[in-house]
Amino acid sequence: MAWTPAEQPDSFEFDDISEKEIAKILSKYPEERKASGTLPLLYIVQDQLKRETGHAWIPLVAMDLIAARLAVPSVRVYEVASFYTMFNTKPVGKYHLQICTTTSCWLRGSDDVVAACKKAAGVKEFGETSEDGLFTLSHVECLGACANAPILQVNDDYYEDMNGPRTEAVIDALRAGEDPAPGPSTGRLSSAPEGGRKTLLEETSPRSSGE
Amino acid sequence: MLQDENRIFTNLYGQNDWKLAGARVRGDWHDTASILSRGSEAIIAEMKASGLRGRGGAGFSTGMKWSFMPKNFDGRPHYLVINGDESEPGTCKDREIMRHEPHKLIESALIASFALNAHAAYIYIRGEFYQEAQHLQAAVDEAYEAGLLGKNAAGTGWDFDFYIHRGAGAYICGEETALLESLEGKKGQPRMKPPFPAGAGLYGCPTTVNNVESIAVASTILRRGASWFSALGRPNNAGTKLMAISGHVNTPCVFEEELGVPLKEIIEKHGGGVRGGWDNLLAVIPGGCSVPMLPKSVCETVLMDYDSLRAVGSGLGTACMIVMDRSTDIIEAIARFSRFFKHESCGQCTPCREGTGWMMRMMDRMVQGRAEIEEIDLLEQVTRQIEGHTICALGDAAAWPVQGLIRHFRPEMEARIQQYKAAHGGSGLVQVPASDVLPAVAE
Repeated sequence: MAWTPAEQPDSFEFDDISEKEIAKILSKYPEERKASGTLPLLYIVQDQLKRETGHAWIPLVAMDLIAARLAVPSVRVYEVASFYTMFNTKPVGKYHLQICTTTSCWLRGSDDVVAACKKAAGVKEFGETSEDGLFTLSHVECLGACANAPILQVNDDYYEDMNGPRTEAVIDALRAGEDPAPGPSTGRLSSAPEGGRKTLLEETSPRSSGE
Repeated sequence: MLQDENRIFTNLYGQNDWKLAGARVRGDWHDTASILSRGSEAIIAEMKASGLRGRGGAGFSTGMKWSFMPKNFDGRPHYLVINGDESEPGTCKDREIMRHEPHKLIESALIASFALNAHAAYIYIRGEFYQEAQHLQAAVDEAYEAGLLGKNAAGTGWDFDFYIHRGAGAYICGEETALLESLEGKKGQPRMKPPFPAGAGLYGCPTTVNNVESIAVASTILRRGASWFSALGRPNNAGTKLMAISGHVNTPCVFEEELGVPLKEIIEKHGGGVRGGWDNLLAVIPGGCSVPMLPKSVCETVLMDYDSLRAVGSGLGTACMIVMDRSTDIIEAIARFSRFFKHESCGQCTPCREGTGWMMRMMDRMVQGRAEIEEIDLLEQVTRQIEGHTICALGDAAAWPVQGLIRHFRPEMEARIQQYKAAHGGSGLVQVPASDVLPAVAE
């Protein structure tokens, strides 16, 4: 059955998990500066929707609730939600496939990653969600992991050093309900050179304070 | 080249334990109180003497920046804000500090905050770095539990809180005043300066904003001494620096290197050489996409430091280089930056909001060759109308890569235009796309 994105709900309440998070967040900022909680609370809503429905997004009523909680006008929250690309103002698929297409990733073959995503996830264009509601495809700007380019970000995880076949494998695994390991897909150690590190060759290098 | 014994980030690759126990083995948190006992003036003097220049790209003296905070306490709290919004294309160094050396960062933040008379530090981490923020949060939690943060942090007598704040996908928040706006819960649109953050920053209070790396090296500099740090590198370009290589090299990686080492040597050693050999090199963008590219001829001899790169019309930037070999469509490579800046312009200043769109659309046509030769000059003119006419440096950063392209690769741009004309029927007006290329420019 084809998935249809949810409509704007009429109401929204924070659940217990969210309330706990909110208390933690608001303790970070001076009471009269609690508007600082705007971005974190938008994340909290997005995470709660993800928990409840499987699709991460932020309905308008939730933005109003955040505004009330932080004592700012609703429009302040709306404009923040629409300014930052990581806030979804409409539902996205269960897995949000975000491909970096900026120069560093492009030089290392992000076009192949894009093609593999379209093929394996069954979407034609960026911004589309697959018919089963599993995958939304987005192109994003530099993800800040260029030494491990190209990068495919799925929800909160980076899949690094990708190519076409390994991208398809990740998507197939996600479709099968598996939890493929994020990080470098070539098996290398984080951002160390492929084939073994060339510096920091000692296992540990403790240093006394007297030096 | 830098020897292992002089490296600051000894767990750069996470090859050892990144948590508190592992950090202590590496020397972090060892008698932090004795550093603070020197007093804030002595700490700032030592940082100045070390010659450390800001590691986020601008290269301003860190010690000097610290000294700009008001000396007389007027009742407003002081803040340290750490810029972990690493988003400059090509740049991926602070990520390694946050996920593999979080305690070096937290301890250094305590020292810096003491020197700045601040009892709280906020680190603004780009939203996409979710796992990195998780690591850092775990380290912060450990530090609170061990008494290294909070009241009388690490037995120093200084009360200090360290808070993590996540961004949400806006490059502009790497600009310090946009970052402060975002931290206050607003859209990330840069503020006019003055007032500078040292006078009125976060919540209108005196604030110092430093890059993650600039802060994280402080504990080691203060332990090993300014003279140790300044002996590395070259005069006015002191110390070690985290760098990265991406693009067309055999082994892209992140590494720590001394400033002032020849770029070619760095590419050969750390990058494992250019794909297909050195002679296959086309150009290098030495420090994130905002600095102009270097053609191969310059790469032969240039040194990797602030002043050497400035002397050849580029800059060290973040020291995270993008290497391109001769198979690269250089016009497309720069067009991708133009798309990037169009996407990331905050929309506040007209020259940038409109100009980045102009540049992107013209660059997209230049990629196809669907332009007139004279339009290369027009494009250059557009970049000049953006550069220097905006509140923040994003406009400049958007203009420079295009200027660099025109400066070094104008013949390629002209050839592309001639090719297009040859393929699509001569020298007539080519503003209207030929029917077979229309879908490609739909964007």
